[in-house]
Amino acid sequence: MSAQMDLEQNSKVKAKKPKKESSLWGDALSRILKSKTSFIGLMIILLLIVVAVLAPVLAPYHPIDDGSIIDRYQPPSAEHWLGTDQLGRDILSRIIYGARISIKIGVIAVGIAFVVGTLLGGIAGYIGRWVDNVIMRIIDIMMAFPSILLAIAMVAILGKSLTNAMIAVGIVGVPQFARIVRSTVLSIKEKEFVESARASGVKNGRILMRHVLPNCMAPIIVQATLSVGTAILDAAGLSFLGLGAQGATPEWGVMLSDGRAALQTSPWVITFPGLAIFLVVLGFNLFGDGLRDALDPRLKQ
Amino acid sequence: MSNLLEVKNLKKHFPIKKGAIFPKQVGAVKAVDGVSFHVRKGETLGLVGESGCGKSTTGRAILNLIQPSEGEVIYKGEDISHYKGEKLRKLRQDIQIIFQDPYASLNPRMTVEQIIAEPMRAFGTPKKEREEKIDYLLDVVGLSSYHKHRYPHEFSGGQRQRIGIARALTLDPELIICDEPVSALDVSIQAQVINLMEDLQKEFDLTFIFIAHDLSVVHHISDRVAVMYLGEIVEVGEVEELYANPKHPYTQALLSAIPEADPHLKRDRMVLEGDLPSPSNPPAGCKFHTRCPFAEEICRTEHPELKDVSTGDHQAACHLVKEVVGSNG
Repeated sequence: MSAQMDLEQNSKVKAKKPKKESSLWGDALSRILKSKTSFIGLMIILLLIVVAVLAPVLAPYHPIDDGSIIDRYQPPSAEHWLGTDQLGRDILSRIIYGARISIKIGVIAVGIAFVVGTLLGGIAGYIGRWVDNVIMRIIDIMMAFPSILLAIAMVAILGKSLTNAMIAVGIVGVPQFARIVRSTVLSIKEKEFVESARASGVKNGRILMRHVLPNCMAPIIVQATLSVGTAILDAAGLSFLGLGAQGATPEWGVMLSDGRAALQTSPWVITFPGLAIFLVVLGFNLFGDGLRDALDPRLKQ
Repeated sequence: MSNLLEVKNLKKHFPIKKGAIFPKQVGAVKAVDGVSFHVRKGETLGLVGESGCGKSTTGRAILNLIQPSEGEVIYKGEDISHYKGEKLRKLRQDIQIIFQDPYASLNPRMTVEQIIAEPMRAFGTPKKEREEKIDYLLDVVGLSSYHKHRYPHEFSGGQRQRIGIARALTLDPELIICDEPVSALDVSIQAQVINLMEDLQKEFDLTFIFIAHDLSVVHHISDRVAVMYLGEIVEVGEVEELYANPKHPYTQALLSAIPEADPHLKRDRMVLEGDLPSPSNPPAGCKFHTRCPFAEEICRTEHPELKDVSTGDHQAACHLVKEVVGSNG
């Protein structure tokens, strides 16, 4: 009880003290940590990152080279905690190394969507008129396709590989970013500080990059966090269909695909990578939801 | 004193559109409807009027932040109302603006240093010169150089307005349009900021267009005052002359509303009836006739022009100027 009161008093003192950083993110972080679900999300994300970074230390076996065909389809045991797959490789090790690929997919695919979507949406919202119409109608067309179909079509054009799958998933994510950014830019560009930048002779490109977009960041960050989960899921889907990661790569989608033949006899081959995907997507969604709530100005006090 | 700025028949009509796919113009909000005035070098012109009478739109139209629909804005002998692109950008060095809301007019993601440096950066001032100027300007507006690494939200309203003033001064402008610079501040802070602006005017030889609805503030700072009503100027003149001897009934009503610091004084208030008519459908004839206690037939049909109403520099747009003076007399 007293500890809690101390904490409250501390936070009050902190709120009064002028901080160097903008208080928006500081406030948001403390609110995220207060919510249980988003805290769990954050923990899952941190766990994923730790596992990915320490993969060579944590993994008991090499994900590709270790294992012989004699040990194939072994159920979970002390030796192989999560069992082995159709080539006798340790599933736990492959999942651990797969975390690296999932993070790479998440970061690169969302990075592409973030950069392209923010630029397109920013330009559409800031310039307006026919530019807005042209860009947003193209975005509408992209949204009219189911995202996985669009991604499949793009991989079919670019060729089957993990890199192309990431690009495809990234492009599929562009419309959502563009829409969010455009609507935020529409409201920010009418603010007086933007008008004052114009009155000071600041050029349009710089007004957009320095004055408008930095003030649109909150909803974009939320969207980015939520998108990481979707991107990992979509990329795993592409890999499952044989359009993403190829061959022996310890990618979770590939593992699902390889294990599906033995689903009835050795369910662990497909269960554990599936669980890994589920957990990571859940983590990003929980954290993203928490972040959205924390950054929502309507919920302040 | 020569005219630094001359505004001739300035109009800004905002179109009202209907239809989602093929919008059709169904009317216009006549925010500014034929405003003419001049500003002499080194003076302060006060622009007063009710909310929504077009004061701020006039200011922004002069700066070309809003493209005027019609009319001329002659700055140093050149019509700047149709400037575009780089030519317009270069003009920004000469005419600056101070905004009403010090909370909305500073970018919350920039430090004070970046905010003040922004106009200089736009015109390619070298970094070293910028830094010197920032320190100098912060000192001039009454802040300290250690404030420059802070963000706007760490300052009070008055301090923020000082930052806004410093930013307006960076490019050594000749003319500053002050769009209600003190109306969002506490009264005690208002006085400080106004005194600061007066000092700066002397020091930097500035010309102000001071937009406000607070008549006592305008009385204090202005050399000349223009009174606006529904997008038009109804009376303009030297401040002492206009305050002592208002000719237009609207000005008289406004001035009678200034509170006096004497509870025992019995005041002769002239209270206007009704609301401000819609600027999308202004009354015919004299726009003020719907609320004017002295309105006659001619006011409903004929639009009055500004005319000299005294020997000094004092014009009013009213058909009944002589009669109003007489009946009030």
